[in-house]
Amino acid sequence: MEVLAFLIPISLFLGGLGLVAFFWTVRSDQYDDPEGDSHRILSDEFDDKPKS
Amino acid sequence: MTDSTYSAPPTASACPACDAAPMARRIAASGARTEEAGPGRLLLSLPGIHCAACITTVERALDAHPGVRSARVNLTLKRATVEADPGVTAGDLVKAVNGVGYEAHELESAALSATATDRQGRELLMRLAVAGFAAMNVMLLSVAVWSGAADATRDLFHWISALIAFPAIAFCGQPFFRNAWAALRHGRLNMDVPITLAILLALGTSLYETAHSGEHAYFDAAISLTFFLLAGRYLDHRTRAIARSAAEELAALEVPRAERLVDGAPQVVNVAELAPGDLIRVRPGGRMPVDGVIGEGTSEIDRSLLTGETLPVFAEPGREVSAGEVNLTGPLTIRVTAAGRDSSLHRMADLVAMAESTKNRYTSLADRAAGLYAPGVHILSAVAAIGWYLYTQDARLALNIAAAVLIITCPCALGLAVPAVTTAASGKLFRKGMLIKDGTALERLAEVDTVIFDKTGTLTLGAPELEEPEAIPEEVMALAAGLAEGSSHPLSRALAEAAQARGIAPASVDSLAEVPGYGTEARWQGRRVRLGRAAWVGAAPGARTSAWLAVEGEAPVCFGFTDRLRPGAEEAVRGLKDAGLHVALISGDAAPAVRAFAERLGIEDVTAEALPADKAARVEELAAAGRRVLMVGDGLNDTAALAAAHASISPASALDAARVASDIVLLGEDIAPISAAVTTAHSAVTRIRENFTIATVYNVIAVPIAIAGFATPLAAALAMSASSITVSLNSLRLR
Repeated sequence: MEVLAFLIPISLFLGGLGLVAFFWTVRSDQYDDPEGDSHRILSDEFDDKPKS
Repeated sequence: MTDSTYSAPPTASACPACDAAPMARRIAASGARTEEAGPGRLLLSLPGIHCAACITTVERALDAHPGVRSARVNLTLKRATVEADPGVTAGDLVKAVNGVGYEAHELESAALSATATDRQGRELLMRLAVAGFAAMNVMLLSVAVWSGAADATRDLFHWISALIAFPAIAFCGQPFFRNAWAALRHGRLNMDVPITLAILLALGTSLYETAHSGEHAYFDAAISLTFFLLAGRYLDHRTRAIARSAAEELAALEVPRAERLVDGAPQVVNVAELAPGDLIRVRPGGRMPVDGVIGEGTSEIDRSLLTGETLPVFAEPGREVSAGEVNLTGPLTIRVTAAGRDSSLHRMADLVAMAESTKNRYTSLADRAAGLYAPGVHILSAVAAIGWYLYTQDARLALNIAAAVLIITCPCALGLAVPAVTTAASGKLFRKGMLIKDGTALERLAEVDTVIFDKTGTLTLGAPELEEPEAIPEEVMALAAGLAEGSSHPLSRALAEAAQARGIAPASVDSLAEVPGYGTEARWQGRRVRLGRAAWVGAAPGARTSAWLAVEGEAPVCFGFTDRLRPGAEEAVRGLKDAGLHVALISGDAAPAVRAFAERLGIEDVTAEALPADKAARVEELAAAGRRVLMVGDGLNDTAALAAAHASISPASALDAARVASDIVLLGEDIAPISAAVTTAHSAVTRIRENFTIATVYNVIAVPIAIAGFATPLAAALAMSASSITVSLNSLRLR
């Protein structure tokens, strides 16, 4: 059962990582234009960073 | 306020007024509004874009425009946001986009400010994510406990669960806690009170049990309850937000600009800046922004949006005009008599804002269910707790059972029952081109038994069509078409179109000129020919909409016009009649025109020459007789009736005030979806009732088990998830 001492924190940490990533996507307006984003990937015009 | 004792505001805006009133107020106040958008930020509506190539073409065109710092297209909203130097106007950008082949319209950014950032939706989404994360982890630990973890391991798992659940619920449960507190402070009871009580009691007893190495803890139930309820709230919010942003976009498309004459030089200003005494110019095709008196120019004025009359009115200096009328032929100079809040248009909008309260009195199905549910579960759990305490004298056991009862009867299914259905139904109607503006609109629409249509602009397009074009000799038609080319008057355009449809080439005429307010004049084979008003060509004026063609020395020829039928009008009327509804027509137009029109559509109940007050009175009279009326109208003369009716629909071409007063806006030109909307509303209400039945059946089975003390956390989790999922799946059947 000692393995639990590792497994539980690891699972919580990984889950938390996902949660933080989700927070970041919401805060950086990544759900404002889902349809446009799905089309933009087909565009030939790319530069070093996403357009803001 | 007796019937709203248990009114449940699931979100801050459960009542229709909270959604409608600020909008009506804002539109009424739009006169007093100045440019609030950030410096140099311009918004364009791009209805034609649909693919990756469109995005890049439009962005490239905008970026290339001098003074533009950045341009970003949003395909979901079909909108472009442009950051530009102060000198750049939206008009320039519209031209730039038109230049690459796309349709663009300027959007009034102040009218869109409310949806620019959907802060409330974002907040709910964050809480939903946290609740989902916590529920998954706690459930993981709970499964271990249910499958046999015992003693120290079980206690450890319970403690970890508590550690996750407490902060998560403290964050995620806030919307419920706030609503419950607000209700309790006002001495009322709503759906959020039992929810809050269930969550807090479950957390409290579970913590106590955990501290005393108890066997059962309800942390998983408390957190998944929060998760399911938040999902319902979020769906509800999305539906409202989409409807609101689309409604705002309609309002934002009408940019309030006017051309003011200062010492004879035109100057484009905001309508809000106009004051009585100013001189403004209204070009042909433009809408009067204010009330005033014509100072210079002759023209014809289309008053159909205000009165329902189809016959254009002759306009000359000295004649009074009201805001909302459309100038047809010649440029007019108008002296402003009332602007902004004082104009007749805004007075009417204010009136509508007040009339909205009739709809506020409607108690939705969800509110009625909450009215039965909230006191019911409180009594049940209190009885269970007291009963067990008296029977066993064990307060701990009694409290545990009370918590189990509250959790098992959790309103997850109830909280999802209505939003899941309305989301599915409004999505379905939106795809058909209908915008549901009001939360209870679908329920009210399903109860309708009488439909009243306005004529001009609602069942018709407000655009004329030549009557019996085949009966007119070819050379007469050719000559008329030749003269019609000289004007953009609706009747001239209809004539030219009719000639084109018959394949007749317009006759060539010399020195063609338009005489604003009268018609067009030219020379043909050495003779003077005129096309225009009866009196101008020397004929006796009739009651119908008509244009006269007069060749010098010959008797004038009459062209009769009817208002063009809106596409889908026949289907809509037939569909509604087939559904067993009583269909009536009420119009401000002249009796013969209305009667002939009603016959064409097969409507028997006809009222003509109705004043705006008559329309509203008719609606109220029918309501007093126990009928539930659906009003469909577009003009200022319909707004009072739209607001008084049980449910109301207006086309997108309607006046602002009419759109604000109605529950549903038809986005396309086609009116046929109205009958489909009634059918969808019926099936939506059926689904909502089914969902309530499903939720009730679950409770009827689970509650006795909980009261008897046999409920375990596993049973609670199963009951909760099973009922929530069946309810959601049942709602999806609507699609």
